[in-house]
Amino acid sequence: MRMFEYLEPLNLKETLEILSSEKGTETRILAGGTDLIVRLKRNQWKPKRVVNIKRLPELKGVSLTDTTLSIGALVTLSDVMRSKEIGEDFPVLARTCALMASPQIRNIATFGGNICNSSPAADLAPPLLCLDAEIVAVSRRGERTIPISSFFTGPGKNALNPDELLREIRIPRRYAFYSSTFQKLEGRKALDISIVAVAISAKREGYKLSDVRIGLGAVAPTPVRTASAEKILNGKAATKELIAEAATDAYRDATPIDDVRSTALYRKEMVRILVRRGLEEIAGL
Amino acid sequence: MKITFKLNSERVAIDVEPYWTLQRALHDRLEMAGVKEGCGSGECGACGVIMNGSIVPSCLILAPDAEGAEITTVEGLKRNGKLDRVQEAFVRHGAVQCGYCTPGFILSAKILLDNNPSPTDEEIRQSIEGNLCRCTGYRKIFEAIKSLCKS
Repeated sequence: MRMFEYLEPLNLKETLEILSSEKGTETRILAGGTDLIVRLKRNQWKPKRVVNIKRLPELKGVSLTDTTLSIGALVTLSDVMRSKEIGEDFPVLARTCALMASPQIRNIATFGGNICNSSPAADLAPPLLCLDAEIVAVSRRGERTIPISSFFTGPGKNALNPDELLREIRIPRRYAFYSSTFQKLEGRKALDISIVAVAISAKREGYKLSDVRIGLGAVAPTPVRTASAEKILNGKAATKELIAEAATDAYRDATPIDDVRSTALYRKEMVRILVRRGLEEIAGL
Repeated sequence: MKITFKLNSERVAIDVEPYWTLQRALHDRLEMAGVKEGCGSGECGACGVIMNGSIVPSCLILAPDAEGAEITTVEGLKRNGKLDRVQEAFVRHGAVQCGYCTPGFILSAKILLDNNPSPTDEEIRQSIEGNLCRCTGYRKIFEAIKSLCKS
């Protein structure tokens, strides 16, 4: 690894001060390090400064109000799996984390880091898209809220300005009683980046599904929702035929590429299968 | 920069560069030969160490982050010249061939059994899903760990 100036701010104010002069990519934020350190070792990124934010108390912890669940940027994937609050309201997030990486990586990788790294295959993105999550970004200039639907702007790119830090992710608790699932297709049973990932959330009353939300990962330049598939099911009894129709629409909405992990053709077909499986699971079929 | 932490129950203080990984600091500066660099990207488990009660990939942690931490490597498992029961089970079951992955596996198994003395087969497999072995085919590793589970 090349040399860099190493900074260990003790609080958010200090950190935002450091970032306030940042205009490009000369400063990189170190949280869990499971994406950053790999890039530094490969000389893919050559920052002048690395700012270790692990000690920032403002970015830690899970908190609840009547309306909102807030997950601090530094909450690790293992923390998510252990969190009582997340397990009660949004078990799909714990399920998603359990399918990511490995125990070692989950013990240091952070919720905020997965989102900020903004891979098209970020596994946390599809469920958060389904749950209308909001990103709270802070800088010395102030605080703003970015809906997750506008957060990802391209492969590895997001809506944060260079002087901004992701402080927490908020999820509206009105989705807490929705039925949700996360389906991941990967080459092995652990450690692999998704070939295709599907998250689905819906209100279920008997066999009727409404407000269906389907999030797709690894099949577009960013994680995406699939609007046409969602419309097919709303308010109707979810039969296997209707589900198959919705899954086919999702297949049409996916725009994957060929890469080292898979081909566009295979991915499109697997979107259809994972969406069908996810919907059948939610509908209890 | 100087960092101070507890290594295998002993207080240590060393000079490190901020761009060193914890793996490099432990292996090269503190001669913990069991903390090996396998893939260098956190995916093989060979660099696994127990840090503040959790198993972590030391090749992805910068040395300064060890400040104030409690770290256990495989070297810290032996007590009064006697092997820890996890080490002993690996030897007894023939779960070691070249030995490169072994320290990482042993620490993963130790964390599992310390927290969950009676894991299911699935829980055993999940606990070692971050450790890769190119020699053994995993069966004897699995059997060694299973032999330590309380029935």
